Amino acid sequence: MSATPDLNRRTLLRRAAAAGLLTIPAAGLLSACAGSEPAQEQSSDVEKSKDNPFGVQDGSSVKVVIFNGGLGDQWAKEDEAVFKAKHPNVTVNMSSTQKIKTEEQPKMATQPSDVVMNSGADIMDISTLVNEGAIEPLEDLLAAPAWDSEGTVADTLLPGTVNDGTYQGKFYVVNVAYTVWGNWYNAALFEKEGWQPPKTFDDFFALAPKIKAKGMAPYVYDAVHGYYPRWALMATIWKSAGKQAVIDIDNLKENAWKADGVLPALEVWEKLVKDKLLLPGQLDHTQSQQAWLDGKAAFIQLGTWLKNEMAETIPPGFEMRLSDYWSLGAGDKAPNDVYAGAGEGIVVPSKAPNKAAAKEFLRAVLSKEGSAKFAELTKSLASTRGSGDNVQDSALASANELMSNAPQDLVSVKFWNFYADLDKESQNLSAELMAGRLTAQQFVDGMQGAADKVAGDSSIKKQTRSA
Amino acid sequence: MRHGVARFVIGFLALPVALYLFYVVWPFAQAAGYSLTDWGGYSDRQQFVGLENYVRLLSDELIRKAFWHNVFFLVTVPLFTIALALFLAFLLNVGGREDRAGIRGVLGSGVYKIIFFFPQVLSLVVVAVMWQQIYRADGQGLINGVLMKVGLVDRDNPIAFTNDPEPFLGVPAVLWWLLLIAVWSGAGFYMVLFSAAMQSIPKDVFEAAILDGAGRFHTFFRVTLPLLRDTVSVAWIYLGFIALDMYALVFVMTPSQGGPNHASEIFASVLNFTAFQKGQFGYACAMGVALAIFAILLAAAQLKITRRERIEY
Repeated sequence: MSATPDLNRRTLLRRAAAAGLLTIPAAGLLSACAGSEPAQEQSSDVEKSKDNPFGVQDGSSVKVVIFNGGLGDQWAKEDEAVFKAKHPNVTVNMSSTQKIKTEEQPKMATQPSDVVMNSGADIMDISTLVNEGAIEPLEDLLAAPAWDSEGTVADTLLPGTVNDGTYQGKFYVVNVAYTVWGNWYNAALFEKEGWQPPKTFDDFFALAPKIKAKGMAPYVYDAVHGYYPRWALMATIWKSAGKQAVIDIDNLKENAWKADGVLPALEVWEKLVKDKLLLPGQLDHTQSQQAWLDGKAAFIQLGTWLKNEMAETIPPGFEMRLSDYWSLGAGDKAPNDVYAGAGEGIVVPSKAPNKAAAKEFLRAVLSKEGSAKFAELTKSLASTRGSGDNVQDSALASANELMSNAPQDLVSVKFWNFYADLDKESQNLSAELMAGRLTAQQFVDGMQGAADKVAGDSSIKKQTRSA
Repeated sequence: MRHGVARFVIGFLALPVALYLFYVVWPFAQAAGYSLTDWGGYSDRQQFVGLENYVRLLSDELIRKAFWHNVFFLVTVPLFTIALALFLAFLLNVGGREDRAGIRGVLGSGVYKIIFFFPQVLSLVVVAVMWQQIYRADGQGLINGVLMKVGLVDRDNPIAFTNDPEPFLGVPAVLWWLLLIAVWSGAGFYMVLFSAAMQSIPKDVFEAAILDGAGRFHTFFRVTLPLLRDTVSVAWIYLGFIALDMYALVFVMTPSQGGPNHASEIFASVLNFTAFQKGQFGYACAMGVALAIFAILLAAAQLKITRRERIEY
C-alpha cells in the first residue's frame, strides 16, 4: 500500500459522490423525494433585437426534452433546423422520451432542462408546477414578434390557445398541437349503407338498431383510461347545460353539478350503456381504436391524433371522418359548440439555465415554417393559424371543416387540470358510468361530493377561470 | 487483529459502505426529513409542519382502503406462494416412486423445474404486459377467447379481470386476479429455494420414515415441513415485502393505477398519486416512512415468532 492510502480513498469517494449527483438515486419509493443543490443560471447581457427578442447568447446551449408519443418527435427536429437557421452558434441538445415526469421531476427544483414538453401519461401535474413556482410565465413570448410573419407571436395563435395555456391569470404553457374532438366514423361504410351521421342522441338511438342489424356494435370506447369517455361526457354537458354551467363546475361553485341540463346530459349516456349499444369487452385505447378500424363498431369518440396514432393499421378503403359530438336536441343551450383546444403543452422551468434560448426555441416552434412541418408530419393541426392549409388528408380536412362551421365558443374544461383529486375522481366515475355500475344521478352526486371536498380542503390552492 | 489486517478490511469495506450510505440510507433519511414538511416536490421551498402529515395519515380514507388491500396481499401472497412452492418442491424432490435407487422426484422433474422457474427470469413489468394479453377483456384475450369457444363465457359479457371491482369473498375481484399473477410469478423461485433446502435433508431421514410406513402426506407434514422451518420463515419475510409493494402489477395492470374506482388502491399507488399528481411530497414521504416502519416491525415480529432451536443434521 502507498504512503497516503486515505487520501486516495477520499478522492475516490468524492468522485463517487460527484457521479451520484449526475444520476437519479433509485433506491425505492422513499428516495423519490431526494433533492440536490441548484445550478447557476447563465446571465444574459446580449442586446435584444427583433431577430433576437430575448437576447440569446451565441455559444450558449439549450436543452430540449420532447415527449415522443402519438405525434412522434420528427416535427421537433424540424423545429430545431428552423431555430438553427437563425442561431447557428447556439447548441440545441434535444432528447425525446415518454417518461417526462420520471425523468424531469427530480431535476425541476435544481437543474432542469430548458424546454420540457409536458405531455403523455407520465405528465407533471400542471397546477402543482404553477403553484410551486416551478415554471416560468411566458407573457413576453406572446408579446414578442412572430418568427416569420407579421405581428406578435400571440397574433399567430388559433383561438383558445392562449386561454388553454393560462393558469391563475398568467400564460405558462405553450400547447403546440391543436386538437378537435368528436365522434369518428367510416364515411365509406356510411355511404355504402346509406346511413346519415347523427347530429343528436335521438338520431343516434334511431340509427343504432340498423347498425346492430349489420352485426356491428354502434359504439366502442376506452374502458381502461377514464379520461377518454370523460371528454365525451363533458362535451355533452357543455352542449346541454351551456358554457356557464361548465365554468361553474371548474370554479367549484356550490351545486354546480346539479345545474339544469347536467343530469339529462349524463342520462343519455346511461341509456346508451343500458341499451347495450357498446361493443362488449373492456378494451383500452388502442384496442378499442383497432376494433373500430376492424369494423366491429360504428362510432368512436376521440381527438384528431387518432389518424397518426393508428396510421399503420388503417385498412384500405377506410375513410376516417370526424363529426361533432351529439347534442341532446331542442332544449340544448350550446348545441353547436365544438370541443377543440390546444394540447401537448411545452413549459420552461423557472430554474432553467438558459431561459432566453428556451423562449427563442418556442418562438421557432410557433413559426409558420415549423407549424406547417408539424401538420404535415403529424396529420394534426398546429396551434398556429394556417398550419394545415397545404396538407392533403381527409381526416384533417373533416376536422378543418368542423372548425370552420363552429361558433365562437369552444368547449373547454379546466377542473381536471386545476385539481388532481377531481381529475382522478372524474376519471373513475366516468369509467364506472360507462361500465354500467353507476347511474347518471350517482355520477352527479359523486362529482358534487368530490368537488365539495376539494372546495373545503384548505391545503389545496384554488384556481378560477372566467372564460 | 493485526494493524495491517484492519486496514485491509477497512480498505475493502469503505467504498461499498459509503455507496450504501449515499444511495440507500441518505435518501431514506432525506425522506424522513421531508415527511415533516409541506414540500410540494417541484421547488426548493418548504415549511416545517411537525407531525401534521402523520396525523393526517390516520384519518385518510384512501390510505385506509389501500392499507387493507396491502393486508390482503400480505396474508394471501406468502400463503399461496409458499403452499404452491412447497407442493411443487416436494413433488419434484421426494414425491416420486420409491425404488431401488431410493427417494426421488416425479418423472421429468428436471424439465418441470425449469418451466416453473421461468417466470422468475422475466421482469415483473414484462410479466404484467404478458398477462394483459392473457386477461384481455374481449374475445381476443387468451382466457376469454378459449372460454368463449368452449361456451363457458357469454360473448356479450366477457370476464373483465383487472377491470372488475365486484367483490369476491369480500375482496374486489381485481385483487384476486392480481394475486394469481403474483403467485404464478413468485412460486418458481421459492420452489427452487425449497428444493435446495430439501436436498440438504439427508435421504436416510425420508427412507426411515417410509420404512416406518409413512405415506407421502405424513412424510411431508411430519418430516419435510418441520425440517424446512427456517427456509419457509425467510421466504415468508421476503414475500411479505413483495406483498407490501405490488406496485408494478397495480401500475401496469389496473385502470387509472389503482382502479377501477379505487378497487385496487395500495399504499404505493396512493403514495405515487399524492407525490406526483397532487404535488404533496411531504405527505407522500410520510406515507413512505409509515410503510417502512410497518415493514420493519413486521419482519421483526416474524423473526421473533419463528425463532426456535435449529435441528442439526
